[in-house]
Amino acid sequence: MTLARHEPFPDIARQREADRFGMVVFLASEAMLFGAVVMGLFALRTFEPAAFAATSQRLNLVAGSVNTAVLLTSSLLVAIGAEARASDRAALAKWMLAAAAALGLVFLVIKGSEYVQEYGEGLMPGVGPRQDFATPGARMFMDGYFIATGLHALHVTIGVVMLAGCAWRLRGDDPPSIVGVGNIGLYWHLVDIVWVFLFPILYLSR
Amino acid sequence: MSRAGMHDAAREDLAPLRTEAEAASYLGGDTSLKAWLTTTDHKRIAILYLITITCFFAIAAVAAALIRLELLTPQADLLSAEGYNRAFTIHGIIMVWFFLIPSIPNVFGNFLIPLMIGARDLAFPRLNLASWYIFVFGGLFTLAAIVFGGVDTGWTFYTPLSSTYANGNVVLALAAVFIAGWSSILTGVNFIVTIHKLRAPGMTWGRLPLFVWTHYATALILVLATPVLTVTLLLVAAERIFGLGIFNPALGGDPLLFQHLFWFYSHPAVYIMVLPAMGVVSELVPAAAHKKLFGYWFVAYSTLAIAFLGFLVWGHHMFVSGESMYASTIFSFLSLIVAVPSAIKVYNWTATLYKGSIALNAPFLFAMGFIGLFVMGGLTGLMLALLAIDVHVHDTYFVVAHFHYIMVGGAVTAFLGAAHFWWPKMFGRMYNEVWGRISAVLIFVGFNVTFFPQFLLGYMGMPRRYHVYPPEFQTLHDISTAGAGLLGLGYLLPLIYFLYSFRHGEPAPVNPWDATGLEWTVPSPPPEHNFEETPIVLRDPYDYPLSHDSSLR
Repeated sequence: MTLARHEPFPDIARQREADRFGMVVFLASEAMLFGAVVMGLFALRTFEPAAFAATSQRLNLVAGSVNTAVLLTSSLLVAIGAEARASDRAALAKWMLAAAAALGLVFLVIKGSEYVQEYGEGLMPGVGPRQDFATPGARMFMDGYFIATGLHALHVTIGVVMLAGCAWRLRGDDPPSIVGVGNIGLYWHLVDIVWVFLFPILYLSR
Repeated sequence: MSRAGMHDAAREDLAPLRTEAEAASYLGGDTSLKAWLTTTDHKRIAILYLITITCFFAIAAVAAALIRLELLTPQADLLSAEGYNRAFTIHGIIMVWFFLIPSIPNVFGNFLIPLMIGARDLAFPRLNLASWYIFVFGGLFTLAAIVFGGVDTGWTFYTPLSSTYANGNVVLALAAVFIAGWSSILTGVNFIVTIHKLRAPGMTWGRLPLFVWTHYATALILVLATPVLTVTLLLVAAERIFGLGIFNPALGGDPLLFQHLFWFYSHPAVYIMVLPAMGVVSELVPAAAHKKLFGYWFVAYSTLAIAFLGFLVWGHHMFVSGESMYASTIFSFLSLIVAVPSAIKVYNWTATLYKGSIALNAPFLFAMGFIGLFVMGGLTGLMLALLAIDVHVHDTYFVVAHFHYIMVGGAVTAFLGAAHFWWPKMFGRMYNEVWGRISAVLIFVGFNVTFFPQFLLGYMGMPRRYHVYPPEFQTLHDISTAGAGLLGLGYLLPLIYFLYSFRHGEPAPVNPWDATGLEWTVPSPPPEHNFEETPIVLRDPYDYPLSHDSSLR
């Protein structure tokens, strides 16, 4: 039964409102999680502008730009998927969410290849055959970079799992609700927006 | 039902184990351990929290006892320096994150919010149970940290001590608090959505009991402040495990950044602890005075004001940490501003008492204890917010006494007040009222004897976190330790007479205090689904005195 009304709610519409609202409140919490990291990066840029810009240049701008395009495209697909679910086109929704999950994987692969490259160049703090930091500020930048992108990659991974699970459930006769698909979409958009902040701060501050 | 029947039959010769009301309530039905551990009933989850945090309180109280016993003499006799550090760290971590933060919200908020707003449960019952499991999981990490030898960083985990130099099980303790934080966030989300979406018809925002308002404000802080702590602890753990240098000056990092991030959560956390306590007192005072609460909207809005301003004062923890003079001045000013909404509440409670017909029962005595101790803690907080005084008493027992007046004198006293007020509703039994009053007075006296001398000690220069001290401080330390004994006795008494009431307490009526509020319209203890029919609210909150034709009787 798809339209399962749970115990505390007088009607299904109120329950759906609550589901959506609950996700929005949770995303506010997530925004504060990344907010602390972003403020830390801003502080570093304020106190160490030269080291910040110099180290930013050593990141792989091409990979970062491609990843931005990949993630924004996946968000578009999720938005289409949520609309498709709302207009009862489950097959379209399924393929859109599956494609978005695949793009999420592409993002993670590119990100991983960047990490490998940075490891080789001695840019991974405290790890690797050699360490190549001109200044303590440069090392701090890379610390912040790995924390911010690592935390973001963790969220991408969770999002990929949720999108894939959602796409899988859309094949059967017990598809997730409109609000359920919409909520996973909201989560994915947040992951996307966080990247939209991290990309210019980390890659473009050169 | 056969299970329950057999249970009764086996003990027929004793006093009735379970009254009919209990059997028909949420306490009846399937009482197997499995049923309790898989329940999604907000009332049963509240009981699970009550049991869990009582155990944590006991562990942290043992640590406090060790601290006070060590301080009986100026030299080290019971604990080494290292052992003392570990004792106060465990005391702080457990009391803050595993007792105070979840105490009133997760026990009484969980139990009462749906009842007060006329709902059958919280909006996300399974999430509610999940948050308890996450909390217990985090608690296991704390216990592991103790069993494997403890932590010596203090509950504040200041860097670079915690990130570079400390030898204890810092990562385990960080993980414990990190995990417990997720439990807080999920509880916060659940409360906010419940209060928005599950109010009964007629239960407008202006008719919400203030207990619900304060929990709403608390939930906002839980949702918005906790993630900042989460990421901060993550950074410290990354520093210890992977050798990152965010807080390590040798690697270009900044230890002060940790303090900024930590207090951005931990100062609002003070309001996570004390706002629910204020909500409790806002219920207890009108019920005891049988009078409408004075200035409902002032109390409601001052609650939101405290939650908001609480986010803007974290810098007052860093007046002597090298923060800029201008930042300190602004943080000092903002900290003084927080006193305004707090004082509004105190004036409103006392104005409510004016010309009331006051019942001097145990819950009221606890509420009075709260007001007295909270005012002491608040006024000394104003002293600490002033830059000149703070430099003098920074890191002394003056600070220790100040925050214990707020957290123990305020939050724990209100927790016990709530327990005495709602116990008959939660368990359907009356406890011994005389012992309740004795315990309320004993706690008030014991608390003051314990902590007032610490103001004097701190002002004379006794630093916190030292296990040895100059002999001239011994008298005051010994008075403090003697007071801790009284206080411990005061906390032990309720445990005894509450447990005794399970078997021997008189069955509680529906509304033993003649109080307003939807929770007093359902049977004691409440049935599994709270309300047979969704109530329709037609009356304002605190509509005292209750008339005899009232639907609330």
